[in-house]
Amino acid sequence: MFDFTAVVPYLPQLFRGLLSTIGVSFSSIALGLVLGWLICLGRVRSGFWISKICAVYVSFFRGTPLLVQLILVFYALPSVGISFPPVVAAVVALTLNTSAFQAEILRAGFRMLPEGQSEAARDLGMSPLQILLFIQIPQVLRSMLPALTNETLDIIKNSALVSAVAVHELMRTAQTLASTTYRPLEFFVVAGLLYLLVTLLTARAGRWLESRMRMV
Amino acid sequence: MLDLDLFLNYQDSIIKGILMTLRMSAGGIAGAMVLGLLLFILSRAGGFWTALLYRGYVTLFRGTPLLVQLFVVFYGGPHIGLEWSAERVGLVGLALYGAAYFAEIFRSGFEAVPKGQIESARDLGLSRSQIFRVVLWPQIMARSLAPMVGQSVILVKESSVLSIITVAELTNVAMTIANQTYSMMEPYLVLALVYWAIAISIARLGAVFESRLTHYQAG
Repeated sequence: MFDFTAVVPYLPQLFRGLLSTIGVSFSSIALGLVLGWLICLGRVRSGFWISKICAVYVSFFRGTPLLVQLILVFYALPSVGISFPPVVAAVVALTLNTSAFQAEILRAGFRMLPEGQSEAARDLGMSPLQILLFIQIPQVLRSMLPALTNETLDIIKNSALVSAVAVHELMRTAQTLASTTYRPLEFFVVAGLLYLLVTLLTARAGRWLESRMRMV
Repeated sequence: MLDLDLFLNYQDSIIKGILMTLRMSAGGIAGAMVLGLLLFILSRAGGFWTALLYRGYVTLFRGTPLLVQLFVVFYGGPHIGLEWSAERVGLVGLALYGAAYFAEIFRSGFEAVPKGQIESARDLGLSRSQIFRVVLWPQIMARSLAPMVGQSVILVKESSVLSIITVAELTNVAMTIANQTYSMMEPYLVLALVYWAIAISIARLGAVFESRLTHYQAG
């Protein structure tokens, strides 16, 4: 009944899909971190209007399904003349989505910083940019690493939704193979195991980083 | 620019779609809470096998995409004699998936309770079930409420994934409208706004509940 040997000849194809999943996820996480920082700073360091706009951005991207955001980028934007190749569109949608979540994570980290610290740094003659870069950002990243790791896991899993729109990542590859070989059970179980492999390894890597960055 | 008249022609299917989304989300959330509570109790039962079963369940359901879980049952199920309708797969899928998260929420709520409390309650002569009901449960609930609201919002959003396995919920209806009318902007924009409104409402409602319940919370 179960015949997982049927999957074996297609493993190279599945691995290519897996690589594409990893590529799309991690580039979105990295870009999302940069954008997330900007939004976080927009919320905590800017005037009323910029702060409000950033708050609405975060609320929208956290309050609507990623699938809907993907659909908006893939189908709605082209209708007003903004179109990207599929892989780029996938990264754009995932980046917009994760930047909202990462901005909230970073903001929580910011709030944990003691007030006196930046005052002390200012008295030592550091510029606001220096304080941000050398004192605040490293601490926020370190204390928020577990949450950022979780967000990475979420993006890896959620990137499966990209298959619904066009990109040949792991899920899409599994779907194609499942329908050409009539073995959906085997291919989707194997796809699940591959996702599990990546998320477990990423969680492990996150914990390793945490232990490396722990304050002495 | 935006042509909102097209929604009038699709009133019925939009209302059906919203109802289906609410049904799937509410059923999924309720099922996930109950199952998550059972899983949490299982994890507290003690013993090697129950602990392993709990860990395995949580790792599996939190480590793989919901879409994969749905596809295994929806497309793989019929090959082992499990021929469920899309709605049923969706409801059960959301519940199984959410249960792993709710169980972990209850567990971390439990772990935040100082262990000395259990010892003193035992010394005062309270039975195991009394300790759970009177001492632990109110505190677990108070601590779990905010993350439970967050998880409920996530499940409402995840219910949009059910559109891919052909459940005629809101996202699915929007796709149909877009495909039939060739207008890609309006249906999807409104779709996003509806989810946004639902998410904000749940968060508000949660905040109200929370302010009523937090007097249980130890400082």
